[in-house]
Parts: sequence; structure tokens; C-alpha cells
Amino acid sequence: MSRIDVRKTYKLYIGGAFPRSESGHSYEVADSKGKFVANAALASRKDARDAVVAARKAFAGWSGRTAYNRAQILYRVAEVMEDRRPQFVQATQQSEGLSAGKADKVVDEAIDRLVWYAGWADKVTQVVGNANPVGGPFFNLSTPEPTGVVAVLAPQASSLLGLVSVVAPAIVTGNTVVVVSSYERPLPAVTFSEVLATSDVPGGVVNILTGSAATIAPWLAAHMDVNAIDLTGVAGETALATELEVAAADNLKRVRRAPATEPDWTLDPGLEPITAFLEIKTVWHPIGV
Amino acid sequence: MSGTSTIPDPGLEDATRSEASLRRFLHGLPGVDQVGAEARAAGLGTRSIKTSAKEFALDLAIRMVDLTTLEGQDTPGKVRALASKAMRPDPADPSCPSVAAVCVYPDMVATVKDTLGAAGGASGVHVAAVATAFPSGRAALDVKLADTRDAVEAGADEIDMVIDRGAFLSGRYQQVFDEIVATKRACARPSGDDAHLKVILETGELQTYDNVRRASWLAMMAGADFIKTSTGKVQPAATLPVTMIMLEAVRDFREQTGQMVGVKPAGGIRTAKDAIKYLVTVNEVAGQDWLDPDWFRFGASTLLNDLLMQRTKMRTGRYSGPDYFTLD
Repeated sequence: MSRIDVRKTYKLYIGGAFPRSESGHSYEVADSKGKFVANAALASRKDARDAVVAARKAFAGWSGRTAYNRAQILYRVAEVMEDRRPQFVQATQQSEGLSAGKADKVVDEAIDRLVWYAGWADKVTQVVGNANPVGGPFFNLSTPEPTGVVAVLAPQASSLLGLVSVVAPAIVTGNTVVVVSSYERPLPAVTFSEVLATSDVPGGVVNILTGSAATIAPWLAAHMDVNAIDLTGVAGETALATELEVAAADNLKRVRRAPATEPDWTLDPGLEPITAFLEIKTVWHPIGV
Repeated sequence: MSGTSTIPDPGLEDATRSEASLRRFLHGLPGVDQVGAEARAAGLGTRSIKTSAKEFALDLAIRMVDLTTLEGQDTPGKVRALASKAMRPDPADPSCPSVAAVCVYPDMVATVKDTLGAAGGASGVHVAAVATAFPSGRAALDVKLADTRDAVEAGADEIDMVIDRGAFLSGRYQQVFDEIVATKRACARPSGDDAHLKVILETGELQTYDNVRRASWLAMMAGADFIKTSTGKVQPAATLPVTMIMLEAVRDFREQTGQMVGVKPAGGIRTAKDAIKYLVTVNEVAGQDWLDPDWFRFGASTLLNDLLMQRTKMRTGRYSGPDYFTLD
């Protein structure tokens, strides 16, 4: 007897829970050959609003943890991804149309990147911060602090490695993020959210919305309680990117600008993805006797 | 459905004549169908209020707020800040209405008065004070009355009293009734008019919806100008079903006696969405006459910020954040 397919309708990831879209809408996700794979929730502006509230609530706790602890948690995410490797390989294969071998390599890269960023948690201050020499009897110390709630438009093509490469550098320093996943390839992001939910990442630190960046991003860009926005996901869409930058100006959001084309994610990312969402705080302290 | 409660036959005059008749009357009130009441309240909470109706509802809700601070840590500075906020909730927007009242402990009434007076006193913001050994109500009657008179003398326009829940739950209705009557008398001002009396039922301690209905009637018959759900110090505080039952009671009371009594849910209402659910319930259960700050109030503090954020969102088209409003 043939078994009936279990047809899946995935949900959003907001505040550590998996709610349906407030709008009730979902959309069909096809694999690289156009065959139906599953339904994904179509996030609306109200889901974005809820996600920002969740991210704001989580910010104090997450940024207040020690860098060492954040590193441990990111490393734990990598561990859980390693456990679920076959699922990621399959999801990447389906959505990006890669061969099994190539998909396997992409998952390797994604996990390695998480481990790499995890290592940066307690090192970034030493590299970016400084003890500044000043003309007086003062210690003058510059230290980086997280920007706050960051809206991240994840890359459209690289649905797993690209996603990890924009999320990990933002959260490793203590930011909390609202991510809009790739529209046509959301399933690796959904699986990634299931990993986050089971790997000690506090609810609300990463919130993942599946849906269209063109619909949701303007609300995030204009949102007065979002401190920064990463426009990587609208690479090449100059008109939309400009519109978002203009909207972001209202509360002086930090903007990581959209590249002309989606970058090659296999290259060494350098420190820029981390430093893009840091604020430098400088304190003066008398040296004393 | 919890439905219309038909009032037992004897007139209310008779009902309040003795302990026995009071008990007969209150226990003769029809019972509340708990499942039905909760289902109806949940149903009313699903109405969709959008665009211009939402704008109207948000402004109305702001005008209905009794901006409250009832903490041991209240300082004159904090109370002054709250009173200023009551007059101009959104300093960036002069079209934003002021709230209905500021609700404080009696010793802070003078501070609120001063702040409102210093601004010219034209804001129309009232001063409400909790009295009668708030929040527990556990004190001798003369202490409670002295507490009330103090607050009135200090200039409170409205008195929020608590009923003696212990007496109510043990069936000493006459005692509760007499206390409300006495407090009402203590609200009298030398000028001849009364400070408005709000009677807090503390529904979170009344155990059943039947008791909420009984306590509502008891308070109204004793002369309450408002019936209020909770002190905010007990969980659960205001809930939609409880407020709905109290709205039914004021509606029925007006049908019976022609007198209108206000309702004030307090505690636990934190979002604009919740507030709009209450407004829908007011309109559907009691009627449009109650959609007015003179007859319906929200006892709240954090609610105001969410109302302001939603209001700003409607006017600017972008979501606002807590950075742009005062914390309290």
C-alpha cells in the first residue's frame, strides 16, 4: 500500500516560537526544477512588527551575556547543524539545484562559518577596540558595543551559506536580528530556525520571516525601533535598495548597503560583516596616582 | 449567553431595607453562564476595527485613561511627571487629547493638583485618589472614612474605594453596603457637590461571575458613581468577561432605575488592541451612551504608551518605538 505524503506547511520563527503568519497567508515553495516541495508562511508587516518587539525584548539579555557565553552558544548552533546535516544537504540541494557533493560542501562551509564567527565573539573587542593615547592623565578606552535590533534581508540565491554569513556576524556581538529569508528558497532558513530553537539561543535573538523582502522590508526600514538594516538580500535591485535607504534615514538607522550583485559567499568574509553593526563607545577615566 | 438579567420583582427600595432582603435580592439575581459569558467576550474580541474607526477608538481610549501610579516608591517627582504626561500625552503632537484623570494615593493628590494648576488647570484632567485602606480594605470603618475625607479635602475629584471582600464573601452584604453608603457621604465637599465615588470590587478575589454580578448591584444600589474591576494588585485583574458582566449590570440598573453608572476596568490592559476590544464590548453590551470618558475609564499606566505608539503609527505610516515615549 502506498503511503500518503505528509505535506508540510512551515511557519515563521518569532520570539522562540513558531507562529503562523498573522495574515494567515502561505505560499508554495518549489525546488530548482519547479516541482512543489512545501508551503511556507508568507510573512506580513504585522509579523515583522511582532518580530521587532520580540527582538527588542531579547536584546538586553543577549547583549548582556558574556562574549564567551555567546561564543559557546554559536558553537552549539554549529553542533546541532552538524547533527542535522542530511536535512540541510537535502534542503540546499532542492532549493539551489546543487549536486549532492556540492550541497555537502555548502553545508560544510556554513557550519565552519558559524564556528569561525563563534570564535570572534571574545576577540572582536581586542581588534576593534583601543586604548587611545590622550594629552592628559586619563585612560581613554574605546570599546565596541552592539547596535541593537538589526533587520537582515538575507541573500536570495545562497539560501544557507549566505543566510549564516549575514546572521552570525550580527548576533555574535550581541545584536538581535529580524531576518527576511530568501523568497524562493526559504526552506534552509526554516530548518535553520528549528536548529536555533533547540540550541540554547534565547527566544527573540534571531527571528526568521519567510516571505517577500519587497513587501516586508519597507516596514522594517521605516520602523523607529529598528537600529540597523542589512540590505544584502536586495542585491542588484537598485530602486528598492534606494527606497529602503531613504526610509531608514528617518531614525538614522545604520545601513549596510546592498551590493551590486550577490557576493561569492565562499570567500573569506573578513571583519566587515561584524563591524557593520557595532557602535564604538569611548570612556575617559582618570589615571589617579 | 449570559443574557439579560431580569430583575427580581420587589423594588430596589425594599431590597436594601434589611440584611435578609438584601441577601434575597442579590441571590435572586440570575446566575451567569460562565462558558457563555467567556465565549461571548471572546467573540466580541475578534471584531476588526480599522482605519478611521481605529483612529476614533484610539483617541477615545486615550481620553478614557486614568493614568495610574500606585506604588510604594512613588515620589513627588514621578507623580509630577505623570501629571504632566496626563495633560500632554504626546508632546510632539498638540492634537493628541489629554487623558481623563491621574490616579494616585491620597498623599499625592496635592502634588497632582499643583502640577495641573500650574499649567492653568484648563486641561480638564481630573484627580482621582484611592482611599479606604487601599488595596486590601482591611481597616476599621472610621479609618477608612478619615482616609476618604483626607483625599477629598486635598482636592481629589474622584475617590476609588475598595469593598471589604472578606465581608462580601462571608455574606455580610449589609456591612459592605453600609460602608459604601458611608464612604459616599464622606465624599461630600463643603461646596455641596460630591467627589465621584468609584467602587473597586476586586473581581480577582470574588471567585465567581455570579459574585461579580452581585457585587456590582450591591455597589450601584449603595450609590456608586462608577464600578471598577480591580486594584491592580491582585491577579487576575481586569478581564474582558468580567467587564462585560459589569457592563450588563450597569445597563440593567439603568433600565430599572434610570440612573447611569460608569464602569472602569483596571489592571492588565496593556495594549491598544486590548483597549479596542473593551470599547467594542462597551458598545455592544451597554450601548453608545457609555462610550464616553464620563462613563467608561481604563485604569492603566503602560497602556497609554501603546495607544500613543499606535496613534503615531496611524499618522506617520511607520511603526514607532518605545524610545520616543516616556517610560513609566
